[in-house]
Amino acid sequence: MSEEFKIEIVNPEKSFLVKEDVLEVVVPAFEGEMGILKDHISIISFLKPGIIKVFSKSGDENYYVEDGIIEFKNNNLSILTSAIFSVTDLDKSKQGDLLKKAEAEASKSEISDQAKYLADQKVEVLRSIN
Amino acid sequence: MASLDDLKKRIASVKSTQKITKAMKMVAAAKLRRAQESAERGRPYSEKMNNIILNLSNGVSDKENAPKLLSGTGENKIHLCVVMTSDRGLCGGFNSNIIKKAKSYFSKILDEGKQLKIITVGSKGNDQLKRVYGGKIIENISFKESKNANYFDADKVGRIIIEKFEAGEFDICTIFYNQFKNVITQIPQAQQIIPLNNEEDHNNSDESYEFEPDEDEILSNLLPKNISTQIFKAMLENSASEQGSRMSAMDNATRNAGEMVDKLTIEYNRSRQAAITKELIEIISGAESL
Repeated sequence: MSEEFKIEIVNPEKSFLVKEDVLEVVVPAFEGEMGILKDHISIISFLKPGIIKVFSKSGDENYYVEDGIIEFKNNNLSILTSAIFSVTDLDKSKQGDLLKKAEAEASKSEISDQAKYLADQKVEVLRSIN
Repeated sequence: MASLDDLKKRIASVKSTQKITKAMKMVAAAKLRRAQESAERGRPYSEKMNNIILNLSNGVSDKENAPKLLSGTGENKIHLCVVMTSDRGLCGGFNSNIIKKAKSYFSKILDEGKQLKIITVGSKGNDQLKRVYGGKIIENISFKESKNANYFDADKVGRIIIEKFEAGEFDICTIFYNQFKNVITQIPQAQQIIPLNNEEDHNNSDESYEFEPDEDEILSNLLPKNISTQIFKAMLENSASEQGSRMSAMDNATRNAGEMVDKLTIEYNRSRQAAITKELIEIISGAESL
């Protein structure tokens, strides 16, 4: 029996990634990292800033996301996100830009706890990519 | 009858107008392709978003405590209309179609004795509406600087709307935009985004989901995002429609200018011929009288 399922990552501008031969996806869900295999129960969850790891027959890929929603249903995984970057394409300058933005956000004093937490997450993840 | 010189000048001026409209048509055609592509590529996102929200709202057990963005304030007094138009003119009926649709909606609301507030996106809509509904316009947003519709701008509009909703400034929000069907057809649309209109959600609602965190939290996070997404979709559709509309308008203008040049040329040639004939007659009759 095949262990593969389909993943589709979309952002507002386009369909970012479509893959049919995915074995496992690890997403940074809001309440902790979550691994999704075939025949997972239908689920809807949020993403926090982090790395999406896609393991597939045609190779493994990592993506950095800042937010998003995932929906898994009938072995279709949909990830909707407004900010996603492939880790391999993320060069130093781009990463520096994102990091600077995140740091600026985290250092603001008047933001809510949740926003602060998210911004801190971004900083932490971006630093860890190096 | 106009003199030969005048006709010559007219022809030259019409010809140069034709050149401009032809160039604008080419530019619009090139932009249209890009705009259409991005409109089509943007569709999966908003569709998926809609699906998730539908599934979620079916899962909400407690309709009473559902987030207000989903169920509304329970009142129907103040309407907010977001009229999305372009920042540039010369695009045929594009802007006036939206305005027409919006205006008929406005007068319906006002006739029912409800309060009306307007946000205009794009300067052309503002120009046309401020004469009649000037007092009702509470905000005018324009993205003249950004070349293409982008999510960041849409998010800004979305945030403004949500802010106003949370401040209790309106009960129902409707957006007006042109849906792109093809180059010659754009359909003006009125879409209600707050509260969410879910009439067609009666299919496969028996799907059960696991939620993490719980439904309410997801919904309250997702609904504001959905507003921005819907606005972004409207912006994409709008920009494709604008270019399509401009292209066909400029195509028409080019053709009309061509016809005009033909007509003027004939007139010019005729009067030239007439002048020559007149001169000949004068010479001949002069010679005969000798």
